[in-house]
Amino acid sequence: MYYLKRILALVPLLLVISFLAFALVRVAPGGPFDRERAPASPEVERALKEKYRLDQPLWKQYVLYLGDLARGDLGPSMKYRHHSVNDIIRQALPATLVLGGLSFGFALGFGIPLGFATAARKGQWVDYGGSLLALIGICVPAFVIGPLLVMGFAIKLQWFPVALWDSPLNVVLPTLALGLFYSGRIARLMREGMLGVLNEPYIMTARSKGLTERAVLFKHALRPAVLPVISYAGPMLADLLTGSFVIENLFQIPGIGVFMVNSSLNKDYTMIVGLVLLYAALLLVLNLIVDFLYSRLDPQVKFE
Amino acid sequence: MNAVAPIDDHPASQSPAQLAWLRFLKNRLALVSGVALLALVLLVLLGPAVVSHQPNSLTENQFAAPSAQHWFGTDDHGRDLFARVLHGARISLLVGIVGAGVSLIIGVLWGAVAGYLGGRLDNAMMRFVDVLYSLPSIVFVIVLITTLEALFRDWLAALGSPALASASRLLLLFVGLGAVSWLTMARIVRGQVLSLRKKAFIEAEHALGISHARILLRHILPNVTGIVIVYLALTIPSIILYESFLSYLGLGIQPPQASLGSLIAAGAGQINPIRIYWWMIAFPAGFLGLTLLALNFFGDGLRDALDPKSE
Repeated sequence: MYYLKRILALVPLLLVISFLAFALVRVAPGGPFDRERAPASPEVERALKEKYRLDQPLWKQYVLYLGDLARGDLGPSMKYRHHSVNDIIRQALPATLVLGGLSFGFALGFGIPLGFATAARKGQWVDYGGSLLALIGICVPAFVIGPLLVMGFAIKLQWFPVALWDSPLNVVLPTLALGLFYSGRIARLMREGMLGVLNEPYIMTARSKGLTERAVLFKHALRPAVLPVISYAGPMLADLLTGSFVIENLFQIPGIGVFMVNSSLNKDYTMIVGLVLLYAALLLVLNLIVDFLYSRLDPQVKFE
Repeated sequence: MNAVAPIDDHPASQSPAQLAWLRFLKNRLALVSGVALLALVLLVLLGPAVVSHQPNSLTENQFAAPSAQHWFGTDDHGRDLFARVLHGARISLLVGIVGAGVSLIIGVLWGAVAGYLGGRLDNAMMRFVDVLYSLPSIVFVIVLITTLEALFRDWLAALGSPALASASRLLLLFVGLGAVSWLTMARIVRGQVLSLRKKAFIEAEHALGISHARILLRHILPNVTGIVIVYLALTIPSIILYESFLSYLGLGIQPPQASLGSLIAAGAGQINPIRIYWWMIAFPAGFLGLTLLALNFFGDGLRDALDPKSE
């Protein structure tokens, strides 16, 4: 019942977000046709504006847009003429989903064990080395890690292709470059979660019962400690599934992230609003799933 | 937490600030980071006066490897990289600190007002934060920076000074990066204020007839300082990182000015299969990495010191 209400509440929230994005980009100075190659004649500009409804008052544009949206149509792109926003998203989404999903898996699969190990061996060299590794992942930008990986593994060792997106081997370097930052964040959250839990009285009880350290860590500490990771995993997946400009640009991957940045730079109104809606919908749904998982994993958490 | 007063093992009763300071001193890593940051600030402030090369002077000596004359080598225009890295680090730190300051002001005010007033206004203000949270920040930053840029351009054209043009880019970054970084700060402060508001000492002040503004400024905000400082220390590195990303996009610091991010981006642009000018990427990236590491360790140390629960 509670979750049904939350799902219904998504609709007005998305409407507010769509209006905000819609109005924001149109109120901002500059338009999608400013960078036309030839200085367009007034007639051409008028025709373009009419075609994309930019000659009408803002509220009317929005009402018409909502009508299209209700039919699942995000409108025509104003920069890539002859392509609809739906088409572009449909073409770019598969690569982004594969890369984002793999990076998500890598971030969790590498970050959680790393955080767990550093917390279990707090104050020992595993902790220092592991924590340093996690921080390096956070502190070194993807546009540094990416070229370094290309230099080492693609140009020097020639294990993987330099760029492009046509064979399974292509996914390895971008996944590493993208996932390293997130695995660093996950490892830090996991370490903090574990350290917090290991201070709890019930852990002392478990230890004084004579349980092995392994049983204490895996059976009693792991589950509550993973909660902060889960609440971060929602927004993280939303980020990953809407692409990374740097990685897609570097490895020439036909994904969403490049469009996200370019549409904002080009003032491609419909494209921006479509992508903002995609991101917001993903984020809100994922946060809902996070809350659901949270209440399953932690009996103390109750949403009314 | 405990109803019984805790046993005081420091009979010469020290203030919480003194205890926090002692805890901080015990954290070797945070202390080293703090000293390193201080050294970095000094280097960045005094360095340009000591280094004989100018960051923007062009020479014929392009792509020179590091040597006694050019410690970090030279770049594609023959400029001394050491001078440029110092200059870039100065800009990066400035953007990080001022940007974090902007996010601090917006976030603390927003969170404190929402938490203190409560009720419907709180609800509306926090829903607004939720909505901003669900906008992709990169779109927001780009739209904001290009919008302000267009506004500034007319304004600057009226003033007609080229020196102001480079300063306006910095101003844009301060505002733009601050404007996308205050949301978490507002949430944290609001949560703290919400719980403080119900405390007996605040009720007592209401009973004494002290004005809301005075209660908020003199009695509530000082109590959230600790957590705000900690979060601020962690916001600075994330803003520096964000600026480097914007520089990579070409929206950050404009040449011939440089930030660490734009230097790295320039170095990454020179990577090709034939020759790698490793110093162009290694030195700025190393500087950025070490700065961010130190800031992060320092922030962690502050948190552990100011949050007694972590003992």
